[in-house]
Amino acid sequence: MNLAKYLEILPKSLWVTTCNSGSCNGCDIEIVATISPRYDIERLGMKLVGTPRHADVLVVTGPVTKFMTEKLRRIYHQMPDPKVVVVVGNCGASGDVFYKSYNLDGPVDRIIPVDVYVHGCPPRPEAIIEGVAKAVLKLENLKASLEAKEEAVS
Amino acid sequence: MEKQYTIPIGPVHVGLKEPITAWLDLEGEKIVGATVRPGAIHRGIEFMARERNPIQVIYLAERICGICSFSHITAFVRAVEDAAGIPVPPRGQYIRALTLELERLHSHMLWAGVACYSIGFDSAFNLGMVLREKVMDVLEVLSGNRVNYGVGTIGGVRWDITPKVAAAVREMVKYYRAEFYPFYEIVTEDPIAHARMRHVGTLSYEDALRYGAVGPTARASGVRCDLRHSSPYEAYADFDVTPIVPQDYYGKAYGDVFDRFLVRVHEVYQSLDIVDKIMDGLPEGDIVWEKNATKVLLALKKAEGTGWSAIEAPRGDDSHVVHLAAGDENVTWWKVRAPTYANAVSWPVMFRENELADAPLIINSIDPCISCMERILTTDVGRGDQRLLTRKELLKMSREKTRRLMGK
Ligand code: SF4
Repeated sequence: MNLAKYLEILPKSLWVTTCNSGSCNGCDIEIVATISPRYDIERLGMKLVGTPRHADVLVVTGPVTKFMTEKLRRIYHQMPDPKVVVVVGNCGASGDVFYKSYNLDGPVDRIIPVDVYVHGCPPRPEAIIEGVAKAVLKLENLKASLEAKEEAVS
Repeated sequence: MEKQYTIPIGPVHVGLKEPITAWLDLEGEKIVGATVRPGAIHRGIEFMARERNPIQVIYLAERICGICSFSHITAFVRAVEDAAGIPVPPRGQYIRALTLELERLHSHMLWAGVACYSIGFDSAFNLGMVLREKVMDVLEVLSGNRVNYGVGTIGGVRWDITPKVAAAVREMVKYYRAEFYPFYEIVTEDPIAHARMRHVGTLSYEDALRYGAVGPTARASGVRCDLRHSSPYEAYADFDVTPIVPQDYYGKAYGDVFDRFLVRVHEVYQSLDIVDKIMDGLPEGDIVWEKNATKVLLALKKAEGTGWSAIEAPRGDDSHVVHLAAGDENVTWWKVRAPTYANAVSWPVMFRENELADAPLIINSIDPCISCMERILTTDVGRGDQRLLTRKELLKMSREKTRRLMGK
């Protein structure tokens, strides 16, 4: 599917929530940079919200420490369907520099299903925006299949 | 007496950038006691270092914390150089000092922005973030990266200051001299910001000493401490850096959040002066002791001893101790003491007698860098299930307080 075409007419305003599961902060400041005026995700209709209960997209950073595993799962389950998960940063995708730690349960895809990976340590704000935008495609598919299911039931 | 409630904040909280848990004992709206439980994002970095050689550990040290990444690697490589007796050429020292100051600039601006955000002053937050992008550009010109720059290495630095970088730095200084003042004015002249930050989260001079606060947190309480002044390292001995304390500028140090804001703002100006001096006095010569990493590793393999280093990171003193054993390629042990660990001890003191709505602001006011702090703490079991005040509610409360003040 054509991402550029989708972004032209974003079918839905994405509401994004973040969870830091033990990152070095590098990715988190780049996420903060995306809401700052230079990168300004709000012009694309995306918004950072404070609670998972309102969010469509969960952005996870960090390699998931043992303490955060349960918290991450809980945040994931608090989100309404359809939902997508974006992992920002190498350490959430694979463990990266933290690969031999004794205190990690991660990477993230061992805990919750992940839809989009954004690589980089940390990725640039543009890359993060692209990653979240890619989530749109997935979200549309999920929505369609959910609606189909509902129709089948009624 | 009113009934006491205990309310947990965190570990994931919208007012916090990183996971940490605090339990606040409340009487009505007033905080009467606080317990802080760190350890949520402990990754065992010091343990991992034992299986890596010092050059590999540089990358690990950088990822202790993404905001003060260069401070950590500088402290680490200085400790290794101390242990192995490796000299750093003067130009390398100057570039290190320059990068440290650039890092301080972006860290302080980020903090000032986030502090405004947590009181609901979003326009000032956005203004602060716009300003911050300028120094990020300069870091990108210098190193190619925005956050983990990878500038430092053992025996010097990896990137030189080319004429293009020099021009970018000069331009940045000019830009900030012209543009930073409006931001300062908007926040300090604003009666609401004043009301939200003045007399909030106070830490007295005596308490700052007693609980061992460091960096801008201690300086805001009037303690004259700054390692760049008291034990200069790298190029700082060539410049006269004096600690910035509020009593020198405003006559009196309250030690509250507002003072912490002012201290950081003046440190931005101080950093600009230092950057200017660095660029004026930049010596010629090599930037690194030995370019070939294999040769450096061979020298380190022969080295035996313990090295130590303490530097003034944006948040306070950051000390690293490293032990190298002869014949062993890896780091034998490594200990990091990040400034947040020293500062977090005074949180409970700052919380006392404040309102719940001020809690996120107070937590943020020491500029906590939880990922710096949590490397070798053991985690204990959390305090079971407690009623959770959602992060949204807290942010809302914090913002409502601003609105209430505005209404007055
Ligand atoms: S990917 Fe890199 S910058 Fe991002 S949180 Fe992990 S270690 Fe830090």
